[in-house]
Amino acid sequence: MSAQPITIARSKVWNLPGGIHPAEHKAESNKTPIEAIPLPSTLWLPLSMHLGAPALPCVKVGDTVLKGELIAKAESGISANIHAPTSGRISAIENHAFAHESGFKQPALCLEVDGLEAWRVQNPWADWKNHQISDIVQRIRDGGVTGMGGAGFPTDIKYRNKHAPIHTLLINAAECEPYITADDRLIREKADEILQGAEICQHLLGADNILIGIEDNKPEAISAFETAAQQLGIKIVLAVVPTKYPSGGEKQLIQLTLGVEVPKKGLPSDVGVVCQNVGTLRQVYRSVVLDEPLISRITTVTGKAVSKPGNYEVLIGTSIETVLNHASAHLKKADRVIMGGPMMGFALPDITAPVIKTTNCLLAATKKELPAPIIDNPCIRCGLCEQACPVDLLPQQLLWSSKNRHLEYAELHSIQDCIECGACAYVCPSRIPLVHYFRYTKGELRQEEKDLQESERARKRFENRQARIEREKQEKEERRKARAEAAAKALAEKKSNTDGSSEAGKDDPIKAALERAAAKKQAKTTTVETQTPEELKELVEKAKAKFEKAQQKLKDAEANNPSIDAYLSKASVKLEEKYLTADKTYQAALNKQDKSSS
Amino acid sequence: MISISSPHLTGKQSVSRVMFTVSAALIPGMICQWYFFGWGSLINVTLAVTSALILEAGLLKARARPVGFFLKDGSIIVTALLLGIALPPLVPWWITVLGSALAVIFGKHLFGGLGQNPFNPAMVAYALLLVSLPVLMTTRWVNVEHPTNLIDSLHIIFAHAGDAIDGFTGATPLDHYKLNIAQSTAEVLQTNPIYSSFGAVGWTPVNLAFLAGGIILLAMRIITWHIPLTLLLTLALSSILFGADADTHVPLTLHLLSGSTMLAAFFIATDPVSAATSNKGKLFYGAGIGLLMYLIRTWGNYPDATAFAVLLMNFAAPLIDHYTRPRVYGHSKAVSGYKHDKK
Repeated sequence: MSAQPITIARSKVWNLPGGIHPAEHKAESNKTPIEAIPLPSTLWLPLSMHLGAPALPCVKVGDTVLKGELIAKAESGISANIHAPTSGRISAIENHAFAHESGFKQPALCLEVDGLEAWRVQNPWADWKNHQISDIVQRIRDGGVTGMGGAGFPTDIKYRNKHAPIHTLLINAAECEPYITADDRLIREKADEILQGAEICQHLLGADNILIGIEDNKPEAISAFETAAQQLGIKIVLAVVPTKYPSGGEKQLIQLTLGVEVPKKGLPSDVGVVCQNVGTLRQVYRSVVLDEPLISRITTVTGKAVSKPGNYEVLIGTSIETVLNHASAHLKKADRVIMGGPMMGFALPDITAPVIKTTNCLLAATKKELPAPIIDNPCIRCGLCEQACPVDLLPQQLLWSSKNRHLEYAELHSIQDCIECGACAYVCPSRIPLVHYFRYTKGELRQEEKDLQESERARKRFENRQARIEREKQEKEERRKARAEAAAKALAEKKSNTDGSSEAGKDDPIKAALERAAAKKQAKTTTVETQTPEELKELVEKAKAKFEKAQQKLKDAEANNPSIDAYLSKASVKLEEKYLTADKTYQAALNKQDKSSS
Repeated sequence: MISISSPHLTGKQSVSRVMFTVSAALIPGMICQWYFFGWGSLINVTLAVTSALILEAGLLKARARPVGFFLKDGSIIVTALLLGIALPPLVPWWITVLGSALAVIFGKHLFGGLGQNPFNPAMVAYALLLVSLPVLMTTRWVNVEHPTNLIDSLHIIFAHAGDAIDGFTGATPLDHYKLNIAQSTAEVLQTNPIYSSFGAVGWTPVNLAFLAGGIILLAMRIITWHIPLTLLLTLALSSILFGADADTHVPLTLHLLSGSTMLAAFFIATDPVSAATSNKGKLFYGAGIGLLMYLIRTWGNYPDATAFAVLLMNFAAPLIDHYTRPRVYGHSKAVSGYKHDKK
């Protein structure tokens, strides 16, 4: 690592339309250092705590596992590995409470903690730079690393997929939601690990810059980054953005720090950027360099109902109740416990659900702090929502179309581009739960799309069925015709055999033709037997000549033109067949002749 | 259990707060009106607010809506205030009450109440009164030389409802100038005591007071600058382009600082329910009102034109909305019109 001091550049910051300035409530939890929560007795590890396909358990009930051992394997594609956060015994694989608004249970592995904290064999890579890019990416995947800012997108996918050249690795350190300070605290304490993770990602992407987008309400974190960058000799650029919600949204941060917009339905990589949360980068470092998979995370525990608000290092799978109790939360005082921030988080229906990879904050709020929604007034189209919308939608128009279920009109107003940040609902003087309406409409649109696809499929299936029925009908008809013809033929034959005369055929041309055909057939079958020896001899001669000629032809062809073998061999086979037939006829004729002569 | 979805945090703004702020911002203008023209306007305002509240309560009850909840939002008070301020100060009491009824019934509740009305309720009432009762609605302006005291005002409004009261009344400066400039010159007209060196006596300070109230609303972000700016700009530009000569046309100062111009620009045209919705749309909407105001004032039969200009643009607002959607993040251009391009 280079020791010479480097200057840390500050980059220009662009404007973000709209946005709001809610009370920050960060001071409650960012004053104390991160504290580890003692080992709980059991951990519940849901198989689907990331975006994409659930992981598949690769252990059985009763297995003992070591800390960091793989217990559920990622499916191919978008999925993530799950590791044992500590050593112990797998005691169950069954449905368990899960952190989701629906309150539905999800399949999970239950780990009975033995308290030994016995690690599996680790294989640290101090020299990660000497490893192949694909190996490093595989190591990120093996480590079960997912985005730790919110969505839980498997991290390796961002480095695996082919995309436009990336010029900037954007570190998302904005953390704009009120109350949450997990990233802030993590930067203050582990800026070096974050930057080393960033260095790895920059290496994987071949990006020119590491750009850090951070809000100006985190001066300590900013200086921690600067100090760490100086010490490690990692070149970074700081983009200090004004404190405004939702500047920490991926697309918003790109707009703020780079002045470009991610195209509609596109990805940041389309504009040459990969955005990564600080927690994720730290985990990349830990997984790649230290060979420690994602088994714990920093979670802010805060809210008026919590007596010891702060940031805690929590093992994945720890019950939320345990975490809250450790932070001395008065659960009776808490009106609701929210996972995530107050703007985009959701109220937990069951606090026995475990902490998962995306649990960045647990907010136990009192009724006074986050009052229950009041009956909303009608929309007066004041347009405050429009002024607050960071993506320039017209929420007041979207409300009309959502309420009246005018889905087409909602699409016309680009409802699909809503990031559900909640700024509109926050400023609404009528206290209309706008985002709630928009989520409903988006769901309806998704359903409509699905129905459309399904009906399209049903239509195709129906058409195919109709075509098949038609075809079968035709085939049946043809078969019937053929049968009728055959029957007619047979009848005619019978008739001609019994009558022996063709008198009747004169009137009917079909009958006559059938009779002629029958007569011909009969003649053919009877030729050999009824021929005289002289005639037979002639036939034999003919066959012999034909055969000799054929053999000559074959030989000639083989000798003269070996290059066109395929054609020749085909021809020769045919000729051989002809020869064989001729020979057979010849032999038969000879036999016949012998028989007849004797 | 009611499931509460995000955001869990809400701001402090509320409809009643918005409405009461708007009402408060009208106070400076109302004080000026009282100072220069006497008690007429205040009596009108009181009458309008009282009758509108009673009617609103009655209609809410008839429509089986929570009366207290909707009365609390204060929207009807703003409507009544605007009507009371806009009416000529010495109109008979029953005109004010009729106006309130028209605003509440035809302006608001027939369309479904708060937030549903396509037209500005106060302007619906004003326009209906103006076309139905043109004489009473144009001859009851106070002569600025004789502001009426409380007793006279009450007497005229309640007792002499239909009588001629020439001593107290006079034409508005806009009206007076327009009618007399044909036979006179600007210089001669300026000698009339109703004009000051800067606009019209009484009317100019009233307008400036409404301007001040409007600026308070702008600063408090209750309204945005788009509608007032383009409205005033278009009105001013039209005046400069079509009628710069004060010897033939009403001059710019009178257009901007007399009549109901500032009230219209900051309080009437900015009624969010009936206005165009997007920022871009508001620009067109405001400009449309400004232009129509000038056209009607100059070539129409009505000396002031706020009500008709606003109502006409109310009609146009949905159309404007369809063609002035903002460009959404990540889109190459704004989605415009009625058809959706699914790509």
